[in-house]
Amino acid sequence: MEKRVIFKGWLLPLLLLTPQVVVTAVFFFWPAGQAVWQSLFIPDPFGLKSQFVGLGNFEFLLRDPFYRASFVTTAVFSLLVTAVSMGVALYLAVLADRLIKGAGTYRTLLIWPYAVAPAVAGVLWLFMFNTRVGVVSWYLGLLGYDWNHVLNGGEAMGLVVVASAWGRISYNFLFFLAGLQAIPRSVIEAAAIDGAHFWTRFRTIVFPLLSPVTFFLLVVNIVYAFFETFGVIHTITSGGPQQSTTILVYKVYADGFVGQDLGSSAAQSVILLIVVGILTVIQFKFIERRVHY
Amino acid sequence: MATIRIDNVKKRFGQTEVIHGVDIDINDGEFIVIVGPSGCGKSTLLRMVAGLETVTSGEVQIHGKRVNELEPMDRNIAMVFQNYALYPHMSVFDNMAYGLKIAGTAKAEIAERVDKAAQMLQLGDYLDRKPRQLSGGQRQRVAMGRAIVRKPAVFLFDEPLSNLDAKLRVQMRLEIKALQRDLGITSLYVTHDQVEAMTLADRMVVMNAGVAEQIGAPMDVYQDPRTMFVGGFIGSPPMNFLQLRQASDDSMRLPPQIADRIEKAEGPVTVGVRPEHLSLDANGEARFSGRLRYVEPLGAETLVHLVTEGGEQITVRQDGIAQLPEAGSQCVMSSAAEHICLFGKDGARID
Ligand SMILES: Nc1ncnc2c1ncn2[C@@H]1O[C@H](COP(=O)(O)OP(=O)(O)OP(=O)(O)O)[C@@H](O)[C@H]1O
Ligand SMILES: [Mg+2]
Repeated sequence: MEKRVIFKGWLLPLLLLTPQVVVTAVFFFWPAGQAVWQSLFIPDPFGLKSQFVGLGNFEFLLRDPFYRASFVTTAVFSLLVTAVSMGVALYLAVLADRLIKGAGTYRTLLIWPYAVAPAVAGVLWLFMFNTRVGVVSWYLGLLGYDWNHVLNGGEAMGLVVVASAWGRISYNFLFFLAGLQAIPRSVIEAAAIDGAHFWTRFRTIVFPLLSPVTFFLLVVNIVYAFFETFGVIHTITSGGPQQSTTILVYKVYADGFVGQDLGSSAAQSVILLIVVGILTVIQFKFIERRVHY
Repeated sequence: MATIRIDNVKKRFGQTEVIHGVDIDINDGEFIVIVGPSGCGKSTLLRMVAGLETVTSGEVQIHGKRVNELEPMDRNIAMVFQNYALYPHMSVFDNMAYGLKIAGTAKAEIAERVDKAAQMLQLGDYLDRKPRQLSGGQRQRVAMGRAIVRKPAVFLFDEPLSNLDAKLRVQMRLEIKALQRDLGITSLYVTHDQVEAMTLADRMVVMNAGVAEQIGAPMDVYQDPRTMFVGGFIGSPPMNFLQLRQASDDSMRLPPQIADRIEKAEGPVTVGVRPEHLSLDANGEARFSGRLRYVEPLGAETLVHLVTEGGEQITVRQDGIAQLPEAGSQCVMSSAAEHICLFGKDGARID
């Protein structure tokens, strides 16, 4: 099934590849290389000269309890964001797939959150849950629940997870819906005739046939949770309280740009890069095997 | 083992009615073929029997029990789809075993029944394969296998052979017929191919625009079409139709008993006669004349195309390779009186 295009000579292919290669080089290889280089030094407080420390930055980091805690925070956060955004999106997509009338409106409304930038989404949720003036926290107060994500680490985590997952649901929804609609109706009908009720059909036919989409979304969402949620966390909690929502990428920022510890920050970026690399490899190696294309 | 009764069934999609009241009574073990042109509502009718489409009005009964409100899974039916609708992520074995597993059948019995069906359909070597690793004909067999392992009361087929090439279609047609005869399961089979319909059916239902125009054994339908549509749809080449202005104009000379009937009918009458009942001589009682346009020699038969003075097309089917006059010459054709069909102005037979 592989399609091959044959070019004569190598000039044209090279020319066609150049933009992609240049972009990748400028925005990925160069900064990544710099990060690796910087992670081997400790700059002096004024940034005038730096001292070579080898793997010192890494050694220090791996012994740092705050950094290790950040690993756990990241794992919990990404798992929750991925699970919530994919779970809700799948549920909505299944409902929308069964809908005949008004499906268009429903779909459009569900796509809107995707157009909201993460930082704006963060502010939005922050307003709603603001401990003093937030609508939701006020109603929670009426119900006798004292919402305070500024002090309560669990509540803070809950809020950033919901805010991050919210913007993601639209994206996942679109893919799930497209995936569902690609399943031939007659296959579902055959299963119905074979005696399978809705839930059995979903479990044995629909979900397995959806697995390529699910797998793709899993990879994309984990990467999203690792990196792109920065804006949400920055606006809502700034990593607090007591670093309970400081995920790895936020710590890179906090230590580097706020704490001015550039060496450690660079080392963290390198570790982050490696972690994501390993995660992706694991996903492709072990989960993809269960995917039916 | 079941009878099916379709009683004045109608179907509306939104405002448009696509089935206008169909009645069919199907006996136990009978093979019924629904045939008709594209869009006439064959699939819709079948899907209403399957429970995949709601019945707007009327009643569907399986084995004497009203099933209008029952889910497909509660009707004890099996269906073979045009695109086979196999579960793409399951092996051939699992495809066939799916329904049994859901029904909670014991593992040993599932294996036994699937193996038996696989043997019957020559699928023994493919049980571990996925559908995409099979040819069209093999997929078709798997779909059949999936239907028969469940031992349903009724088989439903929706153009199961239309995705196969001509040769395979003939072969599978014979296999389906043999299988149905062996199992004795009541079957409802939809096709737009009249050859399939004629060869498979115990009785066929000719549908047109949401109406069952005629129901009967293939040969009865062929020899005695009740409407112009049936005469034109069944048979290849189709029946010739000639609009009649007077009982006997120059291009048509009909025997008195037929002319009488035409006289008594109200409105214009159309004369129908099958190509094989015409011959290029004046030996029959009903005579026609026309100009020879062209000849199609097909070896076993020769089709002669003529045009009447009124501009109507006539096809004459001659056996073997016939000696024929030149194109453009005037010819006389004739047929025995008993082969002439008369249709009234609404297209229904009037004799
Ligand atoms: N879900 C639907 N909504 C609206 N109209 C429909 C629907 N399904 C079928 N129809 C209409 O009903 C009529 C009959 O359709 P049906 O599929 O039964 O035809 P068919 O005889 O099976 O044709 P074919 O030989 O092409 O399969 C068609 O005019 C079609 O447009
Ligand atoms: Mg159809």
